[in-house]
Amino acid sequence: MPEVDKLHQISDVVWELPVSYKPGMRVPARIYATKELISSMDDAVFDQISNVAFLPGITGYSMCMPDGHSGYGFPIGGVAAMDTQYGVISPGGIGFDINCGIRLLTTDLTWNDIKPHLKKLIDRLYQRVPAGVGSKGFIKLSRSDFKAVVEQGAVWCVRNGYGWSEDLELTELNGCINGADVRAVSEKAIDRGMEQIGTLGSGNHFLEIQVLRPENIYDKETARIFGLRGENQITVMFHCGSRGFGHQVASDYLQEFLKVMGSKYHIQVPDRELACAPFKSPEGQAYFNAMKCAINMSFANRQVILHRVREVFSEIFGRSPEKLNMHMVYDVAHNTAQVERHTFQGTEKEYLVHRKGSTRAFGPGNQLIPERFRNTGQPVIIGGSMETGSYLLAGMNTGAQTFFSTAHGSGRTMSRTKARNMWQGRNLQQKMESEGIYIRTASLSGLAEEAGLAYKNIDDVVTASELAGISRRIARFIPLGNVKG
Amino acid sequence: MPYRFIENEAIADVAIEAFNIDLSEVFRDSGAALIKTMIENPEAICLRIGRNVVLNNNQLDLLLYNFLEQLIYYKDTEQLLLLTIQLTTRQTGCEWNLVASLAGETIDASRHQQRVDVKAVTLHQLSLKKENDVWKAHFVLDI
Repeated sequence: MPEVDKLHQISDVVWELPVSYKPGMRVPARIYATKELISSMDDAVFDQISNVAFLPGITGYSMCMPDGHSGYGFPIGGVAAMDTQYGVISPGGIGFDINCGIRLLTTDLTWNDIKPHLKKLIDRLYQRVPAGVGSKGFIKLSRSDFKAVVEQGAVWCVRNGYGWSEDLELTELNGCINGADVRAVSEKAIDRGMEQIGTLGSGNHFLEIQVLRPENIYDKETARIFGLRGENQITVMFHCGSRGFGHQVASDYLQEFLKVMGSKYHIQVPDRELACAPFKSPEGQAYFNAMKCAINMSFANRQVILHRVREVFSEIFGRSPEKLNMHMVYDVAHNTAQVERHTFQGTEKEYLVHRKGSTRAFGPGNQLIPERFRNTGQPVIIGGSMETGSYLLAGMNTGAQTFFSTAHGSGRTMSRTKARNMWQGRNLQQKMESEGIYIRTASLSGLAEEAGLAYKNIDDVVTASELAGISRRIARFIPLGNVKG
Repeated sequence: MPYRFIENEAIADVAIEAFNIDLSEVFRDSGAALIKTMIENPEAICLRIGRNVVLNNNQLDLLLYNFLEQLIYYKDTEQLLLLTIQLTTRQTGCEWNLVASLAGETIDASRHQQRVDVKAVTLHQLSLKKENDVWKAHFVLDI
């Protein structure tokens, strides 16, 4: 029997695997998806999300968001809230690309303003924001400066002239998570990250110029509060993470946890990629402090890229970024574990919320989001494929059911290897250009892997999120030009 | 080819299988597959710069993990694409040892046709074992 047939339907968009699905599950697993989305999920999603339910301290459910697909350890889209007293922390619940995330900014330009300059803009962005295998950034840092960056995140960047103070307010965690301790980070991780600040990376990372058409605004008042006015307004969105630094932090601690998980803490998990340690243990706290450094490295990376984007627009249009109104809408993190207070079954307490390929989505009234969003809920940026566009959503108070977590993107339906066999990068690039999307890429085969048809329908993902009450749609953006890693 | 990319596995990442009757060759081929994941034309890599690697692990599959991780480390820190020139593995007691000499050059976008960057080696379904006299490695690279 296909795994999907073993699901219990809880509502139109909530599906459950009971603890009897696999001996050892501590809680049921819940998948948020429409019937169409759940039918298209690969069986590994059900295997992986039920494995997550084995982890000590997991509370409520192991959850998979509507854009979920198979990953390693947790599925992509996996969410798990751990009791901070007796629960675990697992690098496999965060991912190698710690704080991979998305930033969205506005301009006061319209489609008519940029049409004659689009190719030049994308070409210049491609030069100024390095992408692809082994790329290096323009900021040369001493080892001690780099250590300051990973402890201070985007705050370091703004202090050093790479951004505006308002950028920090508009970044999740204000661009710096407290408690980052570089002493918990290996020298190898520092070696790998030192020259990578301001680089995009590869794979599904992108930097995109978009247009917001009036008909694609679904809540005008909230859009206005988020800084969006429509009228074919030009926006810029980019997606990247903590580069080799975060990857090495995850690799180091996965191996460390493998050594102690069974022998010292007597924890058994069904997949080594779920290697974990008690959150309060010395190993768990060391990883938490190192992971925070990677969270900060990623905020710094996106802050420096924002600085470069502002420079390029200013250069092309001959006006300052301030005059171009290049303000941030928000910056969201995808791959993190954060200590947050939540109410579960009537009791409020601290949880360590693992989100792997999932966005935090706090609703109206939450004191941890900027005051300007207190009536709307926090902005949630959903990056779509390069062919189909992206969404801006807002958090909702009914999101308490997922510990205020929602989707993060479209979610793949096809493997990279299969996509590369199906499409040719050059043909795809030409087809997209004929459709009005100008692409610069470091890799044509990498481009083929990112074809729109390799992803789920983003409208279905947003519909499922909305029907479940975990976030609501505000606006949709259409791609015009894209830099791909 | 002594390795293959697996089509319907690891949707967002890259799953690879390498197989050979000689254990050292499986390590060599796994390294070559990692480089091929990043560069379309590894035959264009000139062997100008050398690096030596010595690794130990008490689990054979984790030794492969460490070896592949080392190739990623050189790619990020020195922008080096390295191929295996010579590699030996040996089991001493309960520990596996690897000694390898690698050679290659720094990434040159004008000659090395890029595919995708590899972030990390995952432990997901990582295995290296002998089946019917053939060593088989299976690993998933995070993209």
